[in-house]
Amino acid sequence: MTDEVEVTVTVNGRTRQSRVEPRRLLVDYLRHDLGLTGAHIGCEQGVCGACTVLLDGRTARSCLHFAVTVDGSDIRTVEDLADFDELHPIQEMFHQKHALQCGFCTPGFLLTAVELLERTADPDEAAIREALMNNVCRCTGYANIVDAVAEAAVELRRRSSA
Amino acid sequence: MKPAPFSFVAPESLDEVVRTLAEHGDDAQILAGGQSLVPLMNLRLARPEVVVSINRCHELDYIRLVDDRLVIGALVRQIDAETSPLVQAECPLLAKALPHVGLPATRNRGTVCGSLAHCDPLAELPAAALALEAEMVLTSAAGERRVPAHDFFVAEMTTCIEPGEVVSAVTFARQDPSERSAVREVSNGGHVFPVGGVALRWASSDGICTMARIAAFGVGSVAQRLRDAERALVGSDVGPAAIAAAVAAARSEVDPTGDIHADADYRRHLVGVLLERGLLEEERP
Repeated sequence: MTDEVEVTVTVNGRTRQSRVEPRRLLVDYLRHDLGLTGAHIGCEQGVCGACTVLLDGRTARSCLHFAVTVDGSDIRTVEDLADFDELHPIQEMFHQKHALQCGFCTPGFLLTAVELLERTADPDEAAIREALMNNVCRCTGYANIVDAVAEAAVELRRRSSA
Repeated sequence: MKPAPFSFVAPESLDEVVRTLAEHGDDAQILAGGQSLVPLMNLRLARPEVVVSINRCHELDYIRLVDDRLVIGALVRQIDAETSPLVQAECPLLAKALPHVGLPATRNRGTVCGSLAHCDPLAELPAAALALEAEMVLTSAAGERRVPAHDFFVAEMTTCIEPGEVVSAVTFARQDPSERSAVREVSNGGHVFPVGGVALRWASSDGICTMARIAAFGVGSVAQRLRDAERALVGSDVGPAAIAAAVAAARSEVDPTGDIHADADYRRHLVGVLLERGLLEEERP
């Protein structure tokens, strides 16, 4: 009844084919089957945002999907952001602005910021706070995260006009 | 926790979905966006034997006008309905309700029909469906039946969907361009789930209200039409006295319960405050 099912997905540009139990959550598939441990497991009910990935270009909670239901999808995780040794501008600004302490929530914040800045090149502080409102950070108090995203927006605009 | 084991079927057509449902009856559970179902499965509050995913039924991914109705198929994601020019033009009330649903990451995957079928008492869409006189299209191997929203939502997490049936679409009344509409809700500190809220639309001719549809959520076990409040408005000038009468009617026709987020009296008071803000189209939440 619970036979394994074949799943083919593109993760960070690479096609991956596996056989998984239907109940395998996407986040567990990424972490245990593919070894991509950047998506973190916090609440397992979609509230904390630590497991956020980009699913077909949009943010999704990877704890709220079964790997079998995203068969054929394109998935981007935090591992795809940096270009070898060079951090993504959003990561660089998180570093510069001290927008992380323990780092557990950071992958989810980064990918949520990617979605925001792909849609809105010049978000004001309210828009940044609204976009980040459903990701939980227990260390920073959020102020530095908001600053980092605002600075990253400036840097991304500078690069795209360069 | 992790979900209990289940078997998985992903049909590619509605025909195949209803055949699968007929085969498995009560043991089968439809999975669309999964943004309400998967958390329940992770907590093992839901343990379906067979999960029937409709995510490959691309025929159910449509938004279209059919006569005087806006029809939304079962695979339409909330974000796609929210940003659809057709939804914005024909059912602005629905377009105003959708940004309140869940959070962006869940709206990216969650479906309109899935939220209606889930029937959470705190959900916005059942109230919007009541105010827009929605009709659920329930399809089974035996055929199709259409159920008005006021018969569809039975109680907390309970609808009239029978084993073997799937919500294949929902239809909404197209709004007249002259209509006004509003959705107002209050939540604690931006929490995903609101404490309570209202969805309403109304029309006027020569300064007199000719039609009002008002529904509330979070103030009872299921979304509820506020018919006394509607009656207080129709025929009035929607001035301060009429609004006060509608507010009083709304407060007397709801039967909220209290919980850790708000007590019953607060919710009863709230439904009036939000109705007034909606009618005045105040920009406060």
